Amino acid sequence: MKIRNYWNLRDWGASVWEGANRTKRVAIALTAIVLVALLPFAGASFLATPIASYDAVLVYPVGIFVLMALGLNIVVGKSGMLDLGYVAFFAIGAYTMALMGTHTGLNTWEIMPFGIAFAMIAGVLLGLPTLRLRGDYLAIVTLGFGEIVRLVVLNSTWSKGPNGIANVPMPPDIGPLKFKLDDQKVFFWVVVIMILLTIWMIRRLSVRRPGRAWEAIRQDEDAAELMGVPTLKYKIWSFTLGAAVGGAAGVLYASKNLFIAPEMFTLNVSILILSCVVFGGIGNIWGVVVGATILGYLPDRIRFISDARMLVFGTVLVVVMNFRPDGLLPRKKREKVIVKKEVVA
Amino acid sequence: MRLEIKDLHVHYGKIEAIKGISVVVNEGEIVTLIGANGAGKTTTLKTISGLRKVSSGAIIFDGQDISNVPAHERVDLGISQAPEGRGIFPGMTVLENLEMGKFHRKNRKAEMDEDLDKVYTLFPRLKERISQAGGTLSGGEQQMLAIGRALMSRPKVLLLDEPSMGLAPQMIANIFRIITEINKTGVTILLVEQNAQQALQRAHRAYILETGNVVKEAKASDLLNDPAVREAYLGTGAHS
Repeated sequence: MKIRNYWNLRDWGASVWEGANRTKRVAIALTAIVLVALLPFAGASFLATPIASYDAVLVYPVGIFVLMALGLNIVVGKSGMLDLGYVAFFAIGAYTMALMGTHTGLNTWEIMPFGIAFAMIAGVLLGLPTLRLRGDYLAIVTLGFGEIVRLVVLNSTWSKGPNGIANVPMPPDIGPLKFKLDDQKVFFWVVVIMILLTIWMIRRLSVRRPGRAWEAIRQDEDAAELMGVPTLKYKIWSFTLGAAVGGAAGVLYASKNLFIAPEMFTLNVSILILSCVVFGGIGNIWGVVVGATILGYLPDRIRFISDARMLVFGTVLVVVMNFRPDGLLPRKKREKVIVKKEVVA
Repeated sequence: MRLEIKDLHVHYGKIEAIKGISVVVNEGEIVTLIGANGAGKTTTLKTISGLRKVSSGAIIFDGQDISNVPAHERVDLGISQAPEGRGIFPGMTVLENLEMGKFHRKNRKAEMDEDLDKVYTLFPRLKERISQAGGTLSGGEQQMLAIGRALMSRPKVLLLDEPSMGLAPQMIANIFRIITEINKTGVTILLVEQNAQQALQRAHRAYILETGNVVKEAKASDLLNDPAVREAYLGTGAHS
């Protein structure tokens, strides 16, 4: 058991954080944020991605994956509902941006609230009838929803079907910070800010009533209902907040990519984001961030081995999940920890 | 605070699990439902707490038909259940579990401490285990936690689903003694049990359920001495 403690980064991190006073915590947080913000300047180091442009990789897949994984983690990790159609909310955000951006003349920041709102509305509409289902049944229904959204945009004229929508406007410059395709630092910083806002939101909710309700629902839904937790309401809330984050990620993605098409919103994306959550450590924010970063970054980092790339990627997934079945940085499992101790004693 | 079930029918899909039962629980009573596996005891309890839907019939509590009130609102009305198989939150500590019992009442810190004290007085063992995860408790302690948690909502009627399940005889006696104690503080109790001996000794009145029907209703003490009941549910007294 002791050997494993060296690997227990989560507890090590938690002990450093809990041992620090307020000024020290601010210092740690600021240092971390500055280091992350400087990442796009590290393109000449071993971090460089061989074929894809490094700063673009940091925005998509890495940044967008982290954002989406955090959103999906609210649904899967916090309240324990398996959602296999998360890409739908990403698509709704992206199509909101593309359609409004090409038709209304509003800019990305003005469209952002619409993208989030439409994703949330879709979340409520899907959630109300389906969240009475549990486990596998919910997974199948959400999977179907993801496919429905894709098939609708594939077969509609307003979405230009399989041709997709081109000429999606870029975000307007923020003072001296210019959004450019060949230098995506500013995009990256915007994603980082969105990630920080999401983390802040999740952390605040987690220690309040919604967090306790989600935790109870995840552990025993019937018992939660018997305690007076309006389980359906809180499940819809969880689903809708997850949808909001997915929608925001979609808006940014469309505005960065300038072109979107239905083929970008397949079931694969839902599965990949779910993999990020599970790989990193379901339910643990930092685990999810690490997991999504690795799974977003790795395929581009090893692009030099071309064809074998996805094989290596898959092998890494299998090996890591074998040795760390709860993910890289798992959430605290108190019920397990103490049981193990008792067995040893 | 009379709880009355009138001609209740409950279905699982097409299968009718409860075929028109009527049960009355008067204020201050301990009423027990006894019967074999599959008799419909747990389903009846789940329907009263709202986890199962009523197909037809009525559940009348305090003069009001609550058949269509969602489960989480029935807690507000004063109906609280300790679920079958304990149903505690395994990953939450004892204290967090008890706090969940008060979820429906927002921001009542003073009330919280008062009720925690009451629970700890009934179950001193829980106070010793206050920061231990629920899943690591022994079966008896988990049952105590489930009952204690149900009491946190200040119920008028407490529904207990097989509190003796899987417990050692000494722990069973202990739990039943506490159930009587809770009843003496003014909480009405509806108790579902397979351990008919203990249940009949503690209850005021009893209903015997068989395959979704009430086959007998009587004072608990009468049933204890009824030869047919002794034969069917109490064995030769080897049960205790």
